[in-house]
Amino acid sequence: MLSWGRLWAVARKEWLQLRRDPRSMALAFAMPLALLLFFGYAISWDVKDIRLALVNQDDGEQSRELVQAFQGSGYFRVVERLPSTALVDRELAEAHVTGVLVIPPTFARDLAAGRGAAVQLLLDGGDANTATIAQSYADAIVARFSRDIVLRGRRMEMPAAAEVRIWYNPTLESRNMVVPGLVAVIMSIIAAMLTSLTIAREWERGTMEQLASTPVHRLEVIFGKLVPYLLIGLFDVAVTIGAGMLLFQVPFRGNPLFLGGATLMFLIGALGLGMFISATMKSQLLATQLAMIGTFLPAMLLSGFIFDIASMPLALRVVSLLVPARYYIVVTRGVLLKGVGPTVLWVQGLSMIIFAAIGLGLAAATFHKRIQS
Amino acid sequence: MPPAAVVVRDLTRRFGEFVAVDRVGFTVAEGEIFGFLGPNGAGKTTTIKMLAALLRPTSGQATVAGVDVARDPRGLRRRIGYMSQRFSLYPDLTVAENIELFAGLYDVTGERLEARRAWVLELAGLEGQERRLTGELPLGWKQRLALGCAVLHEPPVLFLDEPTSGVDPIARRGFWDLINAMAAAGTTVLVSTHYMEEAEYCNRVLLMSRGRLIALGSPAELRAGFDEPIFALRTDDAPRAVEALQHAPGVVEAAMFGREVHVVAREAAEAERSVPAALAAAPRGAIAFGGMRRVQPSLEDVFVSLVRRAGAATEA
Repeated sequence: MLSWGRLWAVARKEWLQLRRDPRSMALAFAMPLALLLFFGYAISWDVKDIRLALVNQDDGEQSRELVQAFQGSGYFRVVERLPSTALVDRELAEAHVTGVLVIPPTFARDLAAGRGAAVQLLLDGGDANTATIAQSYADAIVARFSRDIVLRGRRMEMPAAAEVRIWYNPTLESRNMVVPGLVAVIMSIIAAMLTSLTIAREWERGTMEQLASTPVHRLEVIFGKLVPYLLIGLFDVAVTIGAGMLLFQVPFRGNPLFLGGATLMFLIGALGLGMFISATMKSQLLATQLAMIGTFLPAMLLSGFIFDIASMPLALRVVSLLVPARYYIVVTRGVLLKGVGPTVLWVQGLSMIIFAAIGLGLAAATFHKRIQS
Repeated sequence: MPPAAVVVRDLTRRFGEFVAVDRVGFTVAEGEIFGFLGPNGAGKTTTIKMLAALLRPTSGQATVAGVDVARDPRGLRRRIGYMSQRFSLYPDLTVAENIELFAGLYDVTGERLEARRAWVLELAGLEGQERRLTGELPLGWKQRLALGCAVLHEPPVLFLDEPTSGVDPIARRGFWDLINAMAAAGTTVLVSTHYMEEAEYCNRVLLMSRGRLIALGSPAELRAGFDEPIFALRTDDAPRAVEALQHAPGVVEAAMFGREVHVVAREAAEAERSVPAALAAAPRGAIAFGGMRRVQPSLEDVFVSLVRRAGAATEA
C-alpha cells in the first residue's frame, strides 16, 4: 500500500525546504556545536583550586609543612596571607576566598609536647556542595600530615587502610560525565525543535490541504518528513561526540554500532514527538515554544544529567521514567565511558525502541485526526 | 446524455449546531463545467471539500468518478484534481521542484513525467523559468502552475475552489481558457466562484445560500426563469437613490449596479410611474432622474433576487 516513490517525493521536498531555510539550517548545524561548547565549558562539578586565605600565627617549620601539604594536594591554593583573624569574616563574606586556614601560635609547641595541635578551617557554606568536598579533602590532608608526624623515623603498617580506585573515569573529570549527557540533552532539543515547525507550517500555509488531496498516505508523509531530519540528527550526534573527544578528551570505549542503533531509535522518537507537537498546535510559534519547554527542561533536569535520579523524590522519579533522554544518557555514558554494550544496556535499548514507536504513533494519530475533521 | 461524473444526494455537513451544507443534491455530466455560485459562507467550499474527500459528510451520499467519497477516499484522490482558494504550492521550491513533487505524489514517472512536465510548463507559460522559486512568481502564473500541478495525473474530475480570487481580469480570462480546453478534452470541472461573469462560462450553475441549493440550471435557463421586469436607472447619486427607492410602491428591490441602479419591479407600468416620483420626493432633497430603460436580467440580478426570496422563505 505504501509507496517508496511518494515517500521519496515528500523526503526530497522536505530536504529542499530545509536547505533553503536559514533558521532550520542554523538549528541543525550550528546549534549542537554551540551548545556543546557552551555547556562543555560552563558546566563543571570538579572542585579544584579552592581559594584559601592563610592566617599562620605560628610560622614554624611544621606549620609551613602543613601549608605545603594543602598546596601540594592540588585542591587548595593559598591566595592571601592575613596577619590576624580580624579580617577573616570580611574575606569570606565578600567571597574573595572559599576558606580560611588558621594555624594558632601554639601549633609547634603543642605538637612538640604531644598534646594534639588544633588548626582551624573556616569554610563558606553558601555553596554547600563545594564546602562538603573541601572539608573532606582537608580532613584527608590533615590526617595524612598527622600520621607522618607520628610515624616520623619509624615504619609501621596501618591496621586498616582503604585503597580507593575510581573506574571508568579515573581522574573524576566531570567533563567525562557532562559530554555524553550533553549529547542526549542537545539532541532532545534539536530533534523536537526541527520537526516542530514542519507540520504546523504546512497547516499555516494551506499546503497540507493540497497534500491531503493527493493519494499520499499519512505514513508516507510522516516517514518522508522524518528521513532528512534523521540524517541530520545522526550527523549532529557524530559531530557532537567527535568534538567532545577532540576538545574535552572524552573517551570512546564501546561499540559505535550499538550507540548508532540506540541513537537512531532515540532520534526517531524525539523527531516523532516534535511532529506530534507540530500536528497538535495550530501555529508554528506555539509549536516551537512547546517543543522547547517540553523537551529542554525535562532533558536537563529529569534525565539524570545534572541531578541524580535515585536521590529525587518518588513523584519526580516516576515522571523521569517518561523522559526519553534519561535512557539515552545511560546509553551514551555507558558506551563512551564504560565500553558496555547491549547485554548490559538492553533495558535502555528497549526503552528507546518503545519511545520511537510512541513518538511515531502519536504523530500519525494526530495527523490523521486533523485531516477530515 | 453522457454518463454522470458526479452524483450527489442529500449531502449534509454540520459543524456543531451550524448546518454548513443542508441536503444538497445534483448530478454533473462528464465533460461539463459546473459552477457553484453563492455569497461567502453559502457552503460552496464545504461542498467541494466533501466531494474531494477532505471533509467527511455528516450525512448523505456522493459518488465522484464512480467512487463513493466516504467509502474509498484514497481511491478517489487518484481520480481527482483539487485546487483550493489559497495558493497552495510550496513557495520555497522552484517551479520544477513543485512539478516533480506532485508528479511523485500522483505516481507520475518516467516518460509520462517528462511529457507532463513539458505540458505543465507550457500551460503555465513558464518554459525556461523552471529554476525560479515559485514564491517569486506573479499570482496569475502561480495559479496556472497550481492548476497544472493539480492535473498532472490527468484526472477525470477537477475541483477548483475560487481559483481566480485576487487574480487580475486578463489573467482570469486566460485561466478560463485553460478550463474550457480541459473540459473540451473530457475533464469534468466543478468550480466555485463569486465572480458573476465567470458563472456565464459554466454549462450549468448551482446557486447556494445558507447551505441550501436555491437554483440550478444553465445561465440562460436561470435568466429565463426570472419573471419580474427589471430597469436600469441613470442618476448622479446612486447610493441615495437606492435608499429612496427601497419603499417606493411597486419596487421589489433596488441595488447599485456599476454607476447605475437596477430596479426590480412588481409590474412595469407601476414602476415607471413611481420611480421618478420617489426620486423627486426623496428625503434631504430631490435626486436627479436621468431616465430608465428595461434591461435583460443579468445573472447577478437573478442571483440577488433568488437569494432574497430564499431568505424571505426561511424567515417566514
